[in-house]
Amino acid sequence: MRIDIVLAGVGGQGVLSVAAVLAEAARREGFCVQQTELHGMSQRGGAVQAFLRIADAPVHSDFVSHGTADLVLALEPLEALRQVAYLKPGGLLLTAADPVENIPDHPGREQVLAWIATLPRTAVVEAAELAREAGAPRALNTVMVGAASGVLPLRVEILRACLCEAFAAKGERVVQQNLAAFEAGRRAAACAPA
Amino acid sequence: MSVATLLGAPVAERVLLGDEALAQGALDAGISAAFAYPGTPSTEIMESLLAPGREGRRPKGGWCANEKTAYEAALGVSMAGRRALVAMKHVGLNVAADAFVNSAVVHVHGGLVVAVADDPGMHSSQNEQDTRVLAEFAHAICLEPSDQQETYAMTREAFELSERFGLPVVVRLVTRLAHSRSAVTLSAPRAENPTQKDPAGARSWVLLPGNARRLWKERLAQHDELVRWADASGLDTLELADHPGGLGVITAGIGKQHFLEVVDELPIRPSHLHVATYPLPVALLRKLATYCPRLLVIEEGSPFVERRLQHLLPMRRSVDGRDTGRIPPDGELSPDVVRAALGLPAREHPAFATPLPGRPPQLCQGCPHRDTYAALRLALADRGEGVVAGDIGCYTLGALPPFAALESCVCMGASIGMARGAAAAGLRPAVACIGDSTFLHSGVPALMDAVAEDADMTVLVLDNEAVGMTGGQVPALPDSRLLPIVLGVGVDPAHAHVIAAHPSRVDAMADVIRRELDHRGLSVIVAVRQCLPAQKKQRGQDVPE
Ligand code: SF4
Repeated sequence: MRIDIVLAGVGGQGVLSVAAVLAEAARREGFCVQQTELHGMSQRGGAVQAFLRIADAPVHSDFVSHGTADLVLALEPLEALRQVAYLKPGGLLLTAADPVENIPDHPGREQVLAWIATLPRTAVVEAAELAREAGAPRALNTVMVGAASGVLPLRVEILRACLCEAFAAKGERVVQQNLAAFEAGRRAAACAPA
Repeated sequence: MSVATLLGAPVAERVLLGDEALAQGALDAGISAAFAYPGTPSTEIMESLLAPGREGRRPKGGWCANEKTAYEAALGVSMAGRRALVAMKHVGLNVAADAFVNSAVVHVHGGLVVAVADDPGMHSSQNEQDTRVLAEFAHAICLEPSDQQETYAMTREAFELSERFGLPVVVRLVTRLAHSRSAVTLSAPRAENPTQKDPAGARSWVLLPGNARRLWKERLAQHDELVRWADASGLDTLELADHPGGLGVITAGIGKQHFLEVVDELPIRPSHLHVATYPLPVALLRKLATYCPRLLVIEEGSPFVERRLQHLLPMRRSVDGRDTGRIPPDGELSPDVVRAALGLPAREHPAFATPLPGRPPQLCQGCPHRDTYAALRLALADRGEGVVAGDIGCYTLGALPPFAALESCVCMGASIGMARGAAAAGLRPAVACIGDSTFLHSGVPALMDAVAEDADMTVLVLDNEAVGMTGGQVPALPDSRLLPIVLGVGVDPAHAHVIAAHPSRVDAMADVIRRELDHRGLSVIVAVRQCLPAQKKQRGQDVPE
């Protein structure tokens, strides 16, 4: 078994936290995990990409190859599109619907979602709205962890435990908000056409 | 001896970044001190040594003013017989090169390991120079791990080698190794060395010509011994195919992982030599070349091994790699690049060909540099053709729209010297924009030059009280010391100012800058407000990544 994931988003959205939570959960499931991250320039509101490889035997490269990703998991739809070449035929592109328009030539929500609709297997989650409804407007990334949980071989209890630990330092309220965001993401993905 | 047998019995397993594995290897090798200047992708080496909650002992040292002072401090530890680590990014080794190259002439006493992280693909750097070239130039040993486990083991081994051969040993990382996480098995830590000066004393450490000539001869004579060591080290591994002829692949560093990722798709498995030591294992390379008429070199960075092969191999062999264009001469390796080099077809993937707008990094919302650049733009409006020389840090992003405020970014500290030169060439106004940490790193000597001739220029120190770009490290000196330094090197107090960088003060800032642009002579303006993430970090708050 091997699952290759490309994570994408905009610096500041918490892409690396998503990678860390999924990686930790995979480790607790007993999988071998390789995870890349980029620090520095990429953190300042620029495009962020990370690779996560989960397998039942050690893998070699830290990179996901073009045409091999089972999942592109994106916190921003334009950044999702940037990763299409990594998807294998039949791979899933799962993205938050909400654009981060911090560049002058961002094509805008409608155009980007229209482009995404031309791809074979996609699921778009209204993550910002769900995060707000869950009382956790900053937890868009946790909504997307919930949305991805349905397609990953990671048990929900383990993911919940990893989220609790990841946010424990910020107090019980933040932990509960993130758990609510996680559930909202799970429910949304369950009804999304993928 | 293989990497596995380098280690004693396993004592623990951790999930570590390459940088963290290196730091842990150095700790477990018994370092007494570690020194570094922050620079992506090497920063987390020192961060990990300084991390709160790290159990056990913490080495002395810490962040330094620049890579050269860091290197020299490590060298002093070695002179006292103890082990030291010094860490930096690839271009940092240029700054430390004087110390580095000459330290390979003295007879290093306590183990001295130089951790250098290269940045192929220039994710966060001005160039993609290859540290192996500088290591060879200095006649130092260089080890190149291909994963986190090897990073840990080879760092430990590097200290042994340093003491055995009396040489500084470089451990070369690249971005994707430094910043990838994987499980690492740790082995029992070794105790620190006692403090004990080199019995050879001045004969080994005073590089007056008499000593230097003797030591240099010894160093050159040592080369064959190092090659014999490399061939027998077990760190370089050769797997010959069942039948001679056919392709031989030479990998170095993480090139091995990309190669192993795709090799099973080849109809015939090539012979494979993985190289992890420099000097190169000459006997192993010749053995492979005798077996295989065609060679392909997969290495991260420059065509280093590829070029050495040209004169190492007595027989004519076809050698492919970055020089021949089989692999692109620039940029990072990836499994996809290696696939193409091996002649494997690209994999199918869903099609999406519309070009997308790029999303470059930006200054944080609320960053103090935004206010300084806004003020600078106001002050520069309606002036003739001047120049604004920039420097290295978050504030380099001021070169991009909407600020478009900087016209250069070359190397650490360059802004002051370049503005002075541009002023000498007749550009007016000439402005240098430099961060506080960069100013302390290498701006001060250039400021002395400017003072000496009262250069007609304005230095704008963007003081965010942090090394912002690399995650908010504390600079070598607190910001309150900047003005005394500026005045201390002789800047006229009437033309030295400290102003607050704040959105509500942009007009007032612009007034001060305007006045100093009018002044015919040197002026220095320090614009102060703390970097936001650094502020949070220092208060122990969470910083969004
Ligand atoms: S990290 Fe600090 S210095 Fe860098 S852009 Fe953000 S606020 Fe400015």
